[in-house]
Amino acid sequence: MNEVYDISHLLAGVMLVTSFALLYQGRIASVVNTFAAQSITLSLAVAWAAWSQDRPDLFITATIAFTLKGVIIPIALHRTVARLGIHHEVEKVVGVGIALMVGLALTALAQALLLKVAHSPENYYAGEQLALALAIILLGFLMMILRRNAVTQVVGFMSMENGLILAATGARGMPLVVEVSVAFSVLIALFVFAVFVFRIRERFDTIDVGALDRMRGDRR
Amino acid sequence: MYLQGAALGALVVAAALAAGLRGTVLAIVYPVAAVAAVVMGVVDLGVLLQGGQLAARLPIGLPTIGGFHLRLDPLSAFFGVVINGGVLAASLYGMGLDRAKDLTPRVEPLFPLFAAAMNLVLLADDAYAFLLSWELMSLASWALVVARHTSVENRRAGHLYLVMAAIGTTALIFAFGGLAGPAGGYAFDTIRAHAPAPMVAVLVLTAALIGCGSKGGLVPLHAWLPLAHPAAPSHVSALMSGVMTKVAIYGFVRITFDLLGPAAWWWALPPIVLGAITAVLGLLYAVFDRDLKRVLAYSTVENVGLIFVALGLALAFRANNQNAAAAVAMAAALLHVLNHSWFKSLLFLGAGAVLHATGRRDLDGLGGLIHRMPRTAVFFLIGALAISALPPLNGFVSEWLLFQSVLAAPAMPQITLNFASPAIGAMLALAAALAAACFVRVYGIAFLGRPRSAEAAHAHEVSLPQQIAMGGLALLCILGGLFGSVIVLGLAPVLTTLVGSGLPNAGTGPTPFSLIAFDAARSIYDAPIIALFVAIASLTTLVVVHRLSERRTRRGPAWDCGFPDPSAATQYTASSFAQPLRRVYGAVAFSARETVVMPPPGDTRPARFSVTLVDFVWTTLYVMPGRAVLRLSERLNALQFLSIRRYLVLMFAALVILLSIATVMT
Repeated sequence: MNEVYDISHLLAGVMLVTSFALLYQGRIASVVNTFAAQSITLSLAVAWAAWSQDRPDLFITATIAFTLKGVIIPIALHRTVARLGIHHEVEKVVGVGIALMVGLALTALAQALLLKVAHSPENYYAGEQLALALAIILLGFLMMILRRNAVTQVVGFMSMENGLILAATGARGMPLVVEVSVAFSVLIALFVFAVFVFRIRERFDTIDVGALDRMRGDRR
Repeated sequence: MYLQGAALGALVVAAALAAGLRGTVLAIVYPVAAVAAVVMGVVDLGVLLQGGQLAARLPIGLPTIGGFHLRLDPLSAFFGVVINGGVLAASLYGMGLDRAKDLTPRVEPLFPLFAAAMNLVLLADDAYAFLLSWELMSLASWALVVARHTSVENRRAGHLYLVMAAIGTTALIFAFGGLAGPAGGYAFDTIRAHAPAPMVAVLVLTAALIGCGSKGGLVPLHAWLPLAHPAAPSHVSALMSGVMTKVAIYGFVRITFDLLGPAAWWWALPPIVLGAITAVLGLLYAVFDRDLKRVLAYSTVENVGLIFVALGLALAFRANNQNAAAAVAMAAALLHVLNHSWFKSLLFLGAGAVLHATGRRDLDGLGGLIHRMPRTAVFFLIGALAISALPPLNGFVSEWLLFQSVLAAPAMPQITLNFASPAIGAMLALAAALAAACFVRVYGIAFLGRPRSAEAAHAHEVSLPQQIAMGGLALLCILGGLFGSVIVLGLAPVLTTLVGSGLPNAGTGPTPFSLIAFDAARSIYDAPIIALFVAIASLTTLVVVHRLSERRTRRGPAWDCGFPDPSAATQYTASSFAQPLRRVYGAVAFSARETVVMPPPGDTRPARFSVTLVDFVWTTLYVMPGRAVLRLSERLNALQFLSIRRYLVLMFAALVILLSIATVMT
């Protein structure tokens, strides 16, 4: 029994590490690649959960995660980046060191919270899984805040969604319908973001979201 | 109960009908309101005298507590008598309004609604019914205040009133929430059965003091009252000042004496101290004000202060199990409620008569009205004497009882109250003296002397129904003075339910009309004998003066130091009459400054004398918080113009903080 949890924890841990890597990456292309890696790890984690818990419907989730977020979306993002010609550095709000420290603190918070909430022995393993998922969600959110570039904000959002799927596979009884609808909403969100990004680009010649604020006449 | 219900229904129907009517038919609301007030007053009187209670339950309201509870017990019956007396007088006055000119669809439909709402507050027997009818009362009176919305002053008064009423009702919601407890037992029966915890009780008391104090005009929540009460039409002013403040006092009595359970002695301190400050400050405002109706409104503030002092004393005595003394204080409070409703309604109706006859409210534009409006002048004089607490009128009886209870306060075991009682007594004495000064000034400037304006010179007496309304109230002031002891006997069931005892030696005096506070040896007031003495003494003086002096009455010019100047401006004005008091108290209370601008020799400009008064309560408790709120909202306004990323930061910060709290708390 323990190996089951060990392996699922290993995969979730790898996802967490990729989340940190997302915070660390300096170039947009590598951000997208790291995100692809995280999504593929997610699909592996979901597939392992499907096999170990004998829930075949989760295989569909894993397939969706792999094709959509591991392959299609990263390719789309790469093409966007290529068409926009923004291979340069990611504009950051704070330095990498501070971002990683904050990420570490958030991970600690997630751990502390879930260990307190799920303190009974039978919930221990599920709680650990949830803690990792929560940490990934928080890191995704952090990434949305700490990056000025619209593409990296999209990636942050997707990374949050990865955390949500991970949490959902940990929790028993989440029906497939929900997962499918979540996946589609993410896809739609991607379209919205893409249109948004191209629009900004057309108008302002940049995809720094700060340009929107300047357009509104706000001070920074 | 059915009669009450029928009368209330008649009022509401009259309001609804009048809302659809226009023109002279609007006058129908006043006879209907008068009849309804008589019916309800008789039912109230019956319950008050026979004891017992009436109850009913309507299938509306909160379903969890079983509907809309109504109950008429001796306490609400007593206040019902007060209210319906005022409504009857105001309706009589309303019948005398000029049908062609004075009726508007902004006032007449709301008048019966206002009267019905006040009666409904008294009948309410659960928190929901109470708050609903309380709000109905506030809104109806607010609409009456802004009936003449064309004047900026009235709109401002209405706005301030609405804000203060909202604050008061919010406080009352908290009070009833605390009383009902987490189980949500909002019916008064349930609340009585479960006394709240001491800490909760203190919060309830504070909230009740804010809620009822803001409606009654307790300093520092009084600021709206002198603006709003005069803004309404005069018979509505009489209702608001004479009667609606009593509903506020009813609310306070109901919560603290009936619902809150046993009290600690120090709960009495806030009402006593605030009441005493209110009494003195209210009159200081009144003495310096130059608007007839505003002076009366400030005097209402003073009287509410007196009543709160008496209620506080009753609370303290009851907490010390000195039930007899508590009964004296409570009797003083209730009797003053009744008396004040009579003479303040009388004075406001008199002010309305003056306003109607001259079109002016400023004292400096009046004068000499005693010749033009002789009956109104007599009625107003009786009201002024009564409110100045001169024997043998009714104001004296209740203030006498109040001072008796203040004098008994040193018998309490708490050293704070022992030390406070002389100070309170001194403040009340000061208030009594200021009241006399204030009404000498009002009466002297408005009714005596020579007219100060053309309008005052051409004033005319008001219509017969209005004279009847004032005359009836004046008669009540006299009768209430002579038979105060009988009224106090009638209050016995209320006193017994509230403080567990009636007056200890009531009815044992030498005559049936002797009022005995504690025992006949040290505190007895025999109104008819005093009245007899006053009558004999003044008649004798009159006869002697007439005997000794020349018989024939001659009319001659007034002595004017040899400079005959016919201008009425050479008389005392309202400001000059108040000058000595302003010099004594104004500098302390309002930092009054007098400045004289004297033109240089040779300049023909007139010299200017001006007085500035600063209302500290207004500047510190109303203007400054208002500015602070405005500044804060300007700061927070920036929140609406953040960048997307900053909104995300706010959300993220909120999420992380909540998670941290969850981590620490669980």
